[in-house]
Amino acid sequence: MKLFTANFLACAVKSCRTSPASFPLHFRDAELEQQELDFQPDFIRNILPRLDWDALQVIANELGFPKLPENKPADDSLGDEGLLRDIHKLLLETQVIEGKLVCGNCGHEYMIKEGIPNFLLPSHLV
Amino acid sequence: MEYLIRFAQLHETFRLPELQSLASLVGTDLEIVHYDPCSPYCIIKLPNEDAARAVIARSILGKEIFELWTQGSTYEELHANVRGRTQHRWAQFKHDSFRFTVDGYGGHRSLTEKREIIGTFNYMGFEGPIRMKNPDQDFWIMEQYTPDFSPDSLMSESKGEKRGDPKKIYFARWIGNSSREATNQYDLKKRRYISTTSMDAELSLITANMAHAGPGKLFYDPFVGTGGFIVSAAHFGAVTLGSDIDGRSFRGKQKKGDPPGVFRNFQQYGTESKFGDVFTSDITNTPLREYQFLDGIVCDPPYGIREGLQVLGTRESRRGRNAAKEEIIIDGVPAHYRPDYIAPKRPYGFEALQNDILEFASRTLVTNGRLCMWMPTASDEDGELATPMHPNLKVISVSVQEFNLWARRLITYQRLPEGEVSDVSSSRQLKDGETGYTANELNAFRKKYFEKKKENKTGSEKGSPASR
Repeated sequence: MKLFTANFLACAVKSCRTSPASFPLHFRDAELEQQELDFQPDFIRNILPRLDWDALQVIANELGFPKLPENKPADDSLGDEGLLRDIHKLLLETQVIEGKLVCGNCGHEYMIKEGIPNFLLPSHLV
Repeated sequence: MEYLIRFAQLHETFRLPELQSLASLVGTDLEIVHYDPCSPYCIIKLPNEDAARAVIARSILGKEIFELWTQGSTYEELHANVRGRTQHRWAQFKHDSFRFTVDGYGGHRSLTEKREIIGTFNYMGFEGPIRMKNPDQDFWIMEQYTPDFSPDSLMSESKGEKRGDPKKIYFARWIGNSSREATNQYDLKKRRYISTTSMDAELSLITANMAHAGPGKLFYDPFVGTGGFIVSAAHFGAVTLGSDIDGRSFRGKQKKGDPPGVFRNFQQYGTESKFGDVFTSDITNTPLREYQFLDGIVCDPPYGIREGLQVLGTRESRRGRNAAKEEIIIDGVPAHYRPDYIAPKRPYGFEALQNDILEFASRTLVTNGRLCMWMPTASDEDGELATPMHPNLKVISVSVQEFNLWARRLITYQRLPEGEVSDVSSSRQLKDGETGYTANELNAFRKKYFEKKKENKTGSEKGSPASR
């Protein structure tokens, strides 16, 4: 599971929807893997405005990555190829292979196995 | 300027919607001048040659695009028009290498006949070398033997009746080829990971075209299965996400450490960098945040014929008693954290599921983002299931693929800008999510499908002649 996907995911439990603590989900016991991919600057430029930068900072920090720029890159800095490559690497080329995603509101844990997270809920949470 | 498109003669109701989707994707005006569902030749107006190349480049159902020079209903008329209307163009191509191609629909010519026909155009005075491979200019003579708008005329040809003369002849200069070759490259027979319900390559690529999949975009399939749609969207450059309530469907048979089955397909096509993620989830309890972040959603939701539709939850018993809503703990560990845990599921309504998809799409698609959804219908007219609608989504096109006992439709929607709403008055208001109990009560399509099947069976057993 890639870090950019985590930016679109919150706790699936309905009663958590309104709680700001249900996003971002927090990685626990995460085992990371790097995978080299073709650089896609057009995708990064398109997707950046839709990302929650604060949430990405929280997650990157929890996983022990170097500190991200304080503010989300916009306008001029989108022409900075070095910066776009760094973001591409973090968002698309970094994978969590094993571990858990934990809701900051209800504490529910979603398992990640072989890179695939499972968001199915037990019946008492549906 | 008028251009001629030579279509593949199948999936007729998809041809214009695909063409129009591609025109709006490249941002060009397109006017249909002449279209006949029973003919491969279609005349359109486009601003210029670049627009023509751009529109055909990704097409799956179009084969080539031509600059239409002229036409006639006989060779006499055609030659008169070539001389009278196109003479000012001849000098431009006088020294280019060239060839002539004779194509026919509903009849064909022998090589000798073709050579004779080509010879009659000698007066155009092209002096460049004749080159059969990659010539600078390729002039096509296209003969249509069938009268316009007549689906039955091909039948007489196959019965061995005399061919007769072409009803219409076009003279055109080749401009560009389509992406039709991709249907071969993506052929399911050659794909590493498929299942019995994988969408065929051609329709799946058409779906990606209708949804405007393209470089830089983010696409999602909430019923990803073996990943046919996301593989197609990735072919056109989109980064893709997929989910399924049954994780086995996208994983496949997998030894520890092997990539999931869907990813093996991306590897086969060299589009690994377009593979975002796959995850296990249910559209009615999705973990995806509800804000506008998706450029496109492509899906073929389950029909509920073999298995009933299911979502997370427990089935309420007929006596109305609620099944266990309490957390179950085994050996001090919550049951749902045990490795072999299987989340309980309950039956769900066909229309409720479609309404959920539209609701999800209206919340997650960016403005002008597209949803392409397949939907089965029983193919009798009085029983036609209404097109599901949503006030934030505009219906762009509805195309139909007919089968023997049923049909399925591809419905394309576009997310409207805030403040605009579409007219949903013709959609069905009934929401049957909580009312039914059996599979047929929950699924109008399933009910109709089996009623028809039964009807057909009794009819053939009696051996009675078709009465309807």
